[in-house]
Amino acid sequence: MLMSAARTSPEPGVAPAPADAVIDLRRASFGYGERPTVTDATLTVRRGEIVAVVGPNGSGKSTLMKGILGLNERTAGTLTLFGVPGDELRDRARLGYVPQRHTLSTSVRATAEEIVSTGRLPRIGWLGRLRATDRQIVARSLDVVGLADRAATEVSTLSGGQQRRVLIARALAGQPDVLIMDEPTAGVDAANQHVLADVLERLVERGVTMIIVTHELGALERLLTRIVVVDGGRIRFDGTPERYAAQRGAVHHDHDSHHHDDELRPHPSGVAVGPLDAPHDGSRR
Amino acid sequence: MIDLLSIDFMQRALIAALLVGTVAPMVGIFLVQRRLSLIGDGMGHVALAGVAIGLVTGVAPVWTALVAAVVAAVVIELLRTRGRTNGDVALAVIFYGGIAAGVVIISKSPDGTPANLMKYLFGSILTTTSSDLYLFAGLAVLIAATTWALRPRLFAVANDEEYARAVGIPVLPLNIVLAVLTATTVVVAMRVVGLLLISALMIVPNAASQLIARSFSGALRWAIAFGLVSSVGGVALSYPLNTPSGGTIVLLAVGLFIVTAMVATARTQLSRRRHDVAEAHAHEHGIECGHEAIPHGDHVDYVHDGHLHAAHESHYDEHGHEGPHSDPDGTADTAGTAGAADTAGTTTGTAR
Ligand SMILES: [Zn+2]
Ligand SMILES: [Zn+2]
Ligand SMILES: [Zn+2]
Ligand SMILES: [Zn+2]
Repeated sequence: MLMSAARTSPEPGVAPAPADAVIDLRRASFGYGERPTVTDATLTVRRGEIVAVVGPNGSGKSTLMKGILGLNERTAGTLTLFGVPGDELRDRARLGYVPQRHTLSTSVRATAEEIVSTGRLPRIGWLGRLRATDRQIVARSLDVVGLADRAATEVSTLSGGQQRRVLIARALAGQPDVLIMDEPTAGVDAANQHVLADVLERLVERGVTMIIVTHELGALERLLTRIVVVDGGRIRFDGTPERYAAQRGAVHHDHDSHHHDDELRPHPSGVAVGPLDAPHDGSRR
Repeated sequence: MIDLLSIDFMQRALIAALLVGTVAPMVGIFLVQRRLSLIGDGMGHVALAGVAIGLVTGVAPVWTALVAAVVAAVVIELLRTRGRTNGDVALAVIFYGGIAAGVVIISKSPDGTPANLMKYLFGSILTTTSSDLYLFAGLAVLIAATTWALRPRLFAVANDEEYARAVGIPVLPLNIVLAVLTATTVVVAMRVVGLLLISALMIVPNAASQLIARSFSGALRWAIAFGLVSSVGGVALSYPLNTPSGGTIVLLAVGLFIVTAMVATARTQLSRRRHDVAEAHAHEHGIECGHEAIPHGDHVDYVHDGHLHAAHESHYDEHGHEGPHSDPDGTADTAGTAGAADTAGTTTGTAR
């Protein structure tokens, strides 16, 4: 059911969003100004899914994600978040946003804990301060990403991968219902990618719903339940990693004769499940 | 000092210095964080136009300066938000238009002497009247209270505007509040520091505190301390030296900055020398990592293949060997490092 979501753009209004949908996009276009960079996107993400949004640089995958977050303009279609129209969602922190940052702002000194605490702000009153429970949540968020010992460390002295994990912890501190990550592995060295994948695996075990925007699956592939391919501002594929691997294999064989749109057309199932899919289930502890 | 305190204008100037020394760095840290270190300078330019209008019309110049600076602050913030490429140029037009208008209008006022202009531009301990002082105290309390109350959110917005917007923190209103706080600080500091030097008292103490602080809250405390020492010290010195108070305050702040820079450099070199880093460490220790954790002074060491590893900046430090080599009284890092001299560069940190 999910697999068919985006292949042939369904009529809007047809098939209501499932009850456990956290994000439901219907024929939505996003962009800045008049010319949308993402058009006709239909996508439903349900609780507990681990979705990778992949595509080359400039394909529109970041625009799609920022559109869901309300950071750019939606020029057409509908966006429903947690069953509420996107614009009417007051509690924005239910979407945990992990932006792509090669470095954290180093204009002034700040500890990892101070950065992560900002993620808690949407959950406390305007003039309120972090109470003991809030501090516990901040500490636990740092612990989940493996930075408990570096809570008091100044963030500019941390490595790129560690800074990325600080940003994940910041999103976790808001106790979001879904984590939306923009290129969490970009610019992170191999060793730190592994640590990062372990962190994400821990989140998977806790049942966190995740949308990971990335231009390469790399170490994350084993965690995914679903892959969405964006290219040229459109969703070109939406399905399980198994189907993705199978079709990627097919595409690879006769690359020249295929028009791009046809590349990821569904294939008879059971064909060529690639080696990339093997660790998918086995990796769960 | 007792002599100084017995003089009326000196008392007023010192109280004004206390107020300014506290609030200017408090607001300034967010300007540094947003990389807007020079915005206060521009608001000082515009405030001069306000002062001039006050002098010509007979309204208290403090009030007209406040109105001019606050209006300019809001306009500047809105221009910045539009984010057009020539926003920078628009700011320049506002700033230079402000100071030019100020100079021209003041020349037409009855008090329009060059000496009078100098006082507004570079500060003077003689100019703070007692009615000014009540207003300054009121404004300073307002600035301090607002900044303190909004501090977590101002920090969040200055740290990552896009994230703040995504989680629903009102970014533009907070930025406008910061701009108005800056404008108000400019006016409070106008008498003792002067409109051309105000920005320095917002920024230089923060520049110094950034050299030694390791957290935002620590940096803020240091900046206020540096600000107080410079402003109160500068006012106190300017009387016996017969110098403009603003210039004296800022020179003192710059002097503190230089001394701090030297201390910080010396400290970094010392800590770099006695320091033993675990190599190629792809594993993050933590509560559930499976390695035994041993309390060691103010931190914990993890037993990793017989080595004791402690988190430091982006890496792990070697804190000696498990067993006979480890520091028995568990006090200082230096002791642990000395004990670990034989392990230098021989780690096998990649194991999981
Ligand atoms: Zn460990
Ligand atoms: Zn230790
Ligand atoms: Zn270790
Ligand atoms: Zn170290």
